[in-house]
Amino acid sequence: MTDQQTAPQYEVLTDAPLLQTSKLTRHFRIGGGLFSRKTLHAVDDVSLTIGSREIVALAGESGSGKSTVARLLARIYAPTSGEIHFEGKRLSDIKGRADVLRYRSDVPMVFQDPFASINPVFRVSHGIMRSLKLHRPDLSKQEQLAEAQRAFEVVGLTPADEVLHRYPHELSGGQRQRVGFAQALSMRPKLILADEPVSMLDVSIRIGLLNLMARLRDEQGVSILYITHDIASARYVADRLVVMYAGQVAESGPMEDVLASPRHPYTQLLLSAVPDPRAELKVGAHTDHGEPPRVIDPTPGCRFRWRCPLAIDICHSVTPELSELAPGHHAACHVAQSGAEVKAF
Amino acid sequence: MSRTLDDSLTAGTPAGRAGALLQVENLSAEYVLERGNILAVDQVSFEVAAGEFVGIVGESGCGKSTLLFGIAQLLAPPAHVSGGSVRFQGANLVGLTDKQLSLVRWRNMSVVMQSAMNALNPVTSIGAQFSDAMRAHGVSSKEEIAQRSAEVLRMVGIDPLHLKSYPHQLSGGMRQRSMIAMAMLFTPDLVIMDEPTSALDVVAQRSLMVQVKELQQQLGFAVIFVTHDISLVRHFTDRLMVMYAGQIAEFGPTGQVFESPLHPYSVGLLEAFPSIHGPKVPLTGIPGSPPDLGNLPEGCRFAPRCPQVMDRCLTTEVPLYRVGGVQVRCLLQEDGEVVSD
Amino acid sequence: MAIPGVGTLGGPGPAGDRGQAGAPVPTPFGVPAPSGIAGGRAIRRMARAITSNRKATAGMVLLVIFCFIGLFPGLIAHDDPNALIYGRSLAPSAQHLLGTTPFEQDIFAQVIYGARPVLLIAFGAGLGTTIIAMLIGVAAAYLGGAWDGVLNLITDVLLVIPAFPLLIVIASYLHGAGTAVMILVVTFVSWSYTARQLRSQALSLRNRDFLEAARVRGERPLYIVIVEIIPTMTSLLVASFLTNALYAVLFSSSLQFIGLGNPAVNSWGTMLYWAENEEAFQTQPLWIIVPGLCIVALGAGFALLNYAFDEIGNPALRPVRSMMRGARVKNAR
Repeated sequence: MTDQQTAPQYEVLTDAPLLQTSKLTRHFRIGGGLFSRKTLHAVDDVSLTIGSREIVALAGESGSGKSTVARLLARIYAPTSGEIHFEGKRLSDIKGRADVLRYRSDVPMVFQDPFASINPVFRVSHGIMRSLKLHRPDLSKQEQLAEAQRAFEVVGLTPADEVLHRYPHELSGGQRQRVGFAQALSMRPKLILADEPVSMLDVSIRIGLLNLMARLRDEQGVSILYITHDIASARYVADRLVVMYAGQVAESGPMEDVLASPRHPYTQLLLSAVPDPRAELKVGAHTDHGEPPRVIDPTPGCRFRWRCPLAIDICHSVTPELSELAPGHHAACHVAQSGAEVKAF
Repeated sequence: MSRTLDDSLTAGTPAGRAGALLQVENLSAEYVLERGNILAVDQVSFEVAAGEFVGIVGESGCGKSTLLFGIAQLLAPPAHVSGGSVRFQGANLVGLTDKQLSLVRWRNMSVVMQSAMNALNPVTSIGAQFSDAMRAHGVSSKEEIAQRSAEVLRMVGIDPLHLKSYPHQLSGGMRQRSMIAMAMLFTPDLVIMDEPTSALDVVAQRSLMVQVKELQQQLGFAVIFVTHDISLVRHFTDRLMVMYAGQIAEFGPTGQVFESPLHPYSVGLLEAFPSIHGPKVPLTGIPGSPPDLGNLPEGCRFAPRCPQVMDRCLTTEVPLYRVGGVQVRCLLQEDGEVVSD
Repeated sequence: MAIPGVGTLGGPGPAGDRGQAGAPVPTPFGVPAPSGIAGGRAIRRMARAITSNRKATAGMVLLVIFCFIGLFPGLIAHDDPNALIYGRSLAPSAQHLLGTTPFEQDIFAQVIYGARPVLLIAFGAGLGTTIIAMLIGVAAAYLGGAWDGVLNLITDVLLVIPAFPLLIVIASYLHGAGTAVMILVVTFVSWSYTARQLRSQALSLRNRDFLEAARVRGERPLYIVIVEIIPTMTSLLVASFLTNALYAVLFSSSLQFIGLGNPAVNSWGTMLYWAENEEAFQTQPLWIIVPGLCIVALGAGFALLNYAFDEIGNPALRPVRSMMRGARVKNAR
């Protein structure tokens, strides 16, 4: 197997970033019956960019919409409005089995629950061999098996041929997540959507997976969208951070910039609440019990306004849009955009 | 034979060391399975003084939840306590019937479960559940029940009108706080908490921890807090126990365990947390996984994963040593005095 | 780098619960083997579940006995069940263990040879019902949307019509249903109930991550239903088969008893029909009692065996035998 055959193909069609969403929106109709008019705004006007060879962390709490964004990018849901561009092409233009399969191999997904994301009935080789059969039919059965072994070795599951024959319940949680990454790798992806891949693993095992993700970026040239609620692990592995709140992007920018000077009050709240054994305990915001809202038929205005100590009049009537406050660093906050210093939490 | 529970309640003075609210001695708990008996908790001993906040930390399979349920006498088949004693206010709880235990339960010792949705009845209102709990333990006056229910909800920062709400109408954080309120109904001396924050997001988690600590300082009860997230308990616990494979790996004052951990597992665990402050440092975590409790290795249970393993570690059963104020189960500390085997 | 820790710890319990923020949920020992599994491992597991459960073992024994009788009736009964030569209404004796009918047939031979049609109906209708129910129920659950609506409508219409009267109506139109027709008729009436059950089970599985993973890797919906979902429902499918076989025995025997079967086919139900016609309960009670008992025993065999599959599906039901014996609490050493 020569290097040409194993290395991923870098097809940069234009200057377009690898993946870009513009005003991506997804609503769900909820409530009983055909006549229900209530809409759950899971994702609203999300615009984010992912470049080649970078790890972007999409952080937020439950109800923030981050998992829905992943599923929109994975084509599990179709957007209610807005667009997704992959390598300059619109996702809605990708129809037909061959093109869809091609996209699926370019943008695979790794799931959160290591105990539910692999079919317990089959050996661990099942998923990866099926992936290879669907996406690389040009290879012979032997070549596919060799590819599967190579993918297992890259993720650290060795001896590969032995592990391939095990059943999922014979592997630990960390090993199963590695199987998920191996399956994604076998398709020679450009972007891996990782939906909270370590949150159900023991702490001492998470680092191994996070290091694996960094290696995939550095050695295999794969970009990763790392979805998480754990800012500390996001910092450890990602280059850029996108913070979501109640279905919208609150802040985004280079990781160190955002952590050093968070512009959005929600980001500040999030950072202050992260447990850090090495830091002093900051006890503030007693009355804030930390409940993100469920966004059903929202009125215009900033969705964080009820919890924000800095809310001003305009926050209650106009939904803030993302604007660039520092190079590459965007925040959707009226107070921050007015130039005032934001020191909320 | 030990005194009965009734005797010790009326006698007043707890047996054993003065101040020890709870004494767990050589407690073992096992699961009876088809493939044999699995010892999930292997002769764990520790004490909790009145008003103390003890954290028990460990990863999957270390036995911390089994230990907790063993203390609270809530183990159900196929699990059961297979040895040792749990002395609460002097009386051994192990082996008591439900009727005898009900004298202690909720009045002196209460439990907060991991997920409120699993512990709360989804078809009755919160107020009705508080009322059930109080009636079950001897309170029958409606005024008293209503007054106390409102009082405990206010204590945890929930408006008492939520007594009429059903669990699904409350948010996750509010449900957990109402669980804690329910545990406070009789102002117990000891509250046992099994990962009460793991279903919550980080902001709600922080708020809940602060709330629990404030209540504890206000009302003076002791807490045993089980979690897998060691960083969570740093600022709240007085003493911290790290469990591994059914045994105590390290146990001592929280500050000491965090600042100078002695057991290689504690060291590894503490280092596995990336920080959002300070420089970015490459971390390694702990390779491998915990041992199969049905198939334990000879010698130290952590040896296969230990970066400081010595030959002896693979063959010697390691006792618990006392070094400074800390108990450690590691041959590196064998200069210390042996606490137990 | 070798991988330590085979046979590992850690993982959610059978209910698969987890915190919303995704904390690992511990168990003190390995993940229990999943409820539905295919292949050699599954067979060994089933065998173990059957032998370790007294009720299931009893059921298995009964079924084996009846299958033996159905396969080799000639080894047990030496007389021809259809021959009309043995003397009228003779009392039980050494040559005719249960006596003879007023039509000069040997009752014992009839009972023995009567097993085969019943077993054919039980297995045939059991399998047919389960397979149809599986395809419709699981497809409805997985495909969702309009497909679910249409399939549900069909299922519900059949479900609501009372089974036995429908059976009577259909069978009476078919003028004496022989074995094959009986299988079809019973299958037609029974599949809707099981389809509902399997649909519910499949619905609960629909959002399992591994199905989403299959979809994201590009699998077609039909593939997912057949290859990814159905094998995980094995124990429920086997349990459904056993239940449907039981009902097939009871339904078909009842139809035959009221005369809607083919009276020329010798099975237990038709024996009851003829015996009832001749008012045998007063004169030759064994003629009614023995076939009746056989029906009950065969039905019981299926029902008892079903207990083993309940336990595979839900490990919480397994009795903790050694806990009952001698598990005493020891005091501090």
